[in-house]
Amino acid sequence: MKKDALRDKVAVVGVGCCRFGENWGQSAADMIVDAAYEAYADAGIESPQRQVDAVFTGSIYSNKGPHECSDALKLFGKPVTMVSNYCATGTDAFRCAALSIAAGLHDTVLVVGYDKPKDRGVAGPSVMMDRVRDLPQTPAGWFALCASTYFEKFGAGREDLAKIAVKNHHNGTLAPNSFLKREISIADALNARMISWPFGLYDCAAQTDGAAAAILTRSDLAPQFRDDFVLLKGAVVIAGPNPQKDPGNDFLSWKPTGWAAKEVYEQAGISDPMRQIDVAQLHDCFTLTELLSYEDLGFIEKGAAKEHIAAGSFELKGDLPVNTDGGLKAFGHPTGATGVRMIYENVLQLQGRAGARQVPAAEFALSHNIGGHPTACGIAILGRR
Amino acid sequence: MAVGIVSYGAYVPRARVGLAALAGGARREGGPERAVAWHDEDCVTMAVAAGGNCLRGFDRESLDGLFFASTTHPYQEKQSAALIAAALDLRRDVRTLDVSGTLRAGCDALRAALDAVAAGTARRVLVVASDCRLGAPGSALERNFGDGAAALLVGGENTVAELRGHYAFADEIVNVWRGGGERFVHAWEERFVLQEGTAPGIAEAVRGLLQKLGAGQGAQVRAGSAQGVAGGADPAQGDAGGFDPAQSDAALRVALAAPDARSHAQAARKLGAAAESLVDPLFGRLGNAGAAFAPLLLVSALERAAPGERILLAGYGDGGCAMGFEVTELAAKLEARRGVDWHLERRRAADYQRYRRARELEIPEYEAGASPGLSATVHFRERDSDIGFKAQKCRACGALQFPPQRVCESCFAKDDFELRRISDRTGRLVTWTLDYFYPTPEPPTAVGVVDIEGARVHMQLVNLAAEDLRSGLPLDFHFRCMHRVGGRPNYYWKAAPAGE
Repeated sequence: MKKDALRDKVAVVGVGCCRFGENWGQSAADMIVDAAYEAYADAGIESPQRQVDAVFTGSIYSNKGPHECSDALKLFGKPVTMVSNYCATGTDAFRCAALSIAAGLHDTVLVVGYDKPKDRGVAGPSVMMDRVRDLPQTPAGWFALCASTYFEKFGAGREDLAKIAVKNHHNGTLAPNSFLKREISIADALNARMISWPFGLYDCAAQTDGAAAAILTRSDLAPQFRDDFVLLKGAVVIAGPNPQKDPGNDFLSWKPTGWAAKEVYEQAGISDPMRQIDVAQLHDCFTLTELLSYEDLGFIEKGAAKEHIAAGSFELKGDLPVNTDGGLKAFGHPTGATGVRMIYENVLQLQGRAGARQVPAAEFALSHNIGGHPTACGIAILGRR
Repeated sequence: MAVGIVSYGAYVPRARVGLAALAGGARREGGPERAVAWHDEDCVTMAVAAGGNCLRGFDRESLDGLFFASTTHPYQEKQSAALIAAALDLRRDVRTLDVSGTLRAGCDALRAALDAVAAGTARRVLVVASDCRLGAPGSALERNFGDGAAALLVGGENTVAELRGHYAFADEIVNVWRGGGERFVHAWEERFVLQEGTAPGIAEAVRGLLQKLGAGQGAQVRAGSAQGVAGGADPAQGDAGGFDPAQSDAALRVALAAPDARSHAQAARKLGAAAESLVDPLFGRLGNAGAAFAPLLLVSALERAAPGERILLAGYGDGGCAMGFEVTELAAKLEARRGVDWHLERRRAADYQRYRRARELEIPEYEAGASPGLSATVHFRERDSDIGFKAQKCRACGALQFPPQRVCESCFAKDDFELRRISDRTGRLVTWTLDYFYPTPEPPTAVGVVDIEGARVHMQLVNLAAEDLRSGLPLDFHFRCMHRVGGRPNYYWKAAPAGE
């Protein structure tokens, strides 16, 4: 088994992302076309029907299968794969695309992550009542289960979570395609209506519509598309037990993140993530999820998040800027699109194209999704050429 | 063969609504109130709670029957008793029976159980009576009713109270009724109900019992004559086993399940019962509990009975029913039960608006029946875990896990498990949250992960306030209705602070 079998085999040569938001006037197909055609243009692809060999697409709200994407883009006569893995869907679609290239099966592959939750007529996730066990099945309720235990052990509290929300709202104001472009204060976050203790409204990601796309190719072919292509260093998706029934769970971390981090660092050759990684997009479905991820990804020691939040370590000008485009919190969270949107942001950061939110001289960028109860974690690491 | 009561238990919902608030006024703390089954409770959940309380310390395998009485069965076609038997994890060949249609149903079920044990066709039968009737909002019936359940374990050995006799009669009268498909109970004019129904019905039933008991000693009581009892003037009744209220000594407890204070007083007067012999009918605290009312009063009497005392129980409904019990020496030895007193001490004042939402008296935005709801096949496959609340124990590594699954979570052994009931175990709260997003009549929903001897279960928490939540909190388990999506009650278990 070669842990570094993926490293530098695959390049990202084009990215695209539609405006995330309550896109009342756009269908899923409309957003897919926006994102994919931006990625085509970014890669210099003029004839996708000829130049794209395969498509990997991901969505959790769509029930139309891969056809929704291939029909929108009129990409027929080639393999189109639909991936679904909760909130890790985007990273998983990206990973599967990379594997197909590394295997030598395809040269150039399109990845599209998308979701259109705002056609359901409800704010927030659907309430699932088709069972009696494990109710309420609300994501806020699931992800809040680490709060009482973590707060009790490490002395953190709602104020620390609020600082993460304030940071991500600020970063969101700097990203042209983000949904929320409004600064908030600590007091705004603390005084907002409660969703699931300790999460108030501003501790929760903004559920939106959206689509994001990336063009991947063999790294030896990448120069044909653009000079400043970005190389894939590692990509993993790991399954974990349902934390609610996992007998050994201490509710101080989400296990799959730790497992996925160990694996992806070996793939990418990372030994000191806090120092080696320059920018990271973390899965801030809730503020606490971002806090736990600082630690579970090995950026800092378990329990040290509170002091690092106070020191601003993860702010735009900090040691390791996190969620530079506002994250799920402010950029928006169309479930299947999110992992690919993170790739989009990291590519822009590595290419020095991130505008007002640019992290100087970034060499390595990490993106992280966590999905399910949570029961899955996906991580991708990109590096400058 | 001597038959009687081996154990008993009760359940009264915690929520209490002030009668003043139901009458349109403001709630006064300390004023008269009634018990209200909350949005996650119904006659079945209350029956499971009362049954569990009754069976505490008894082997559930020893039960040959479960007879269940109610006028508010959740289904018109589909048995409540079979559901309750599954939730209580009774034997598969337990004889289940639903009794319904009359306020006398609780007494009828008890008599049937006593007869079955006396006949030798069953050794032990659990009798549960439970009711949560609805009076129309603002009506006198709404203020009169109270929700609750009583459970009595009937057997021929180790009885705490032995049956001395029972009597019942049937009568045709339209005084209190509820038609098919109707939610609210109706009553004819109050004075008619009182004068021709309840009070004379109770008196006639008691008189019939006394006649049966006295017959052995040559007593002669004329049927159809209330007067002979009311004055207590007939000396021939003096030997009716010591159950004649008019001849009452300090050792007779008279429990009259008359539906309201006025008919209770009138029935007591007709029987010549001394005030100090009467078992408190709990008006203004619990309320008229319908088919469960007489069994609840019997439980209440048993809770405070000393060996050698006698209990006369009488109830009304399409006729009447009376029973006489004598308390045995074992009554003093039975481990304390969660009965009527235990539950009346544990109350929570509920405001009127929340009561209306909890009892679905408001018009909802969407009908619950609009969705097909819980899949019947999923329910069928998962009934051991969802209804029986059974975990599995891995034979290879000993780990307990929930729900049952094919591969062991700890040692990965395949298909090597045995089911274990966890509904009567004590759990420990690992972590928790308060969910304000989940739709319920009373947000937030407290929910946590509970460790039950190593098995982890994500479940809702009840009977506690936010400040009670802490890791390590001991919890026990309560069968509840999770929702009514699909127009059916969908049941599962919730956790509550143990021993509380």
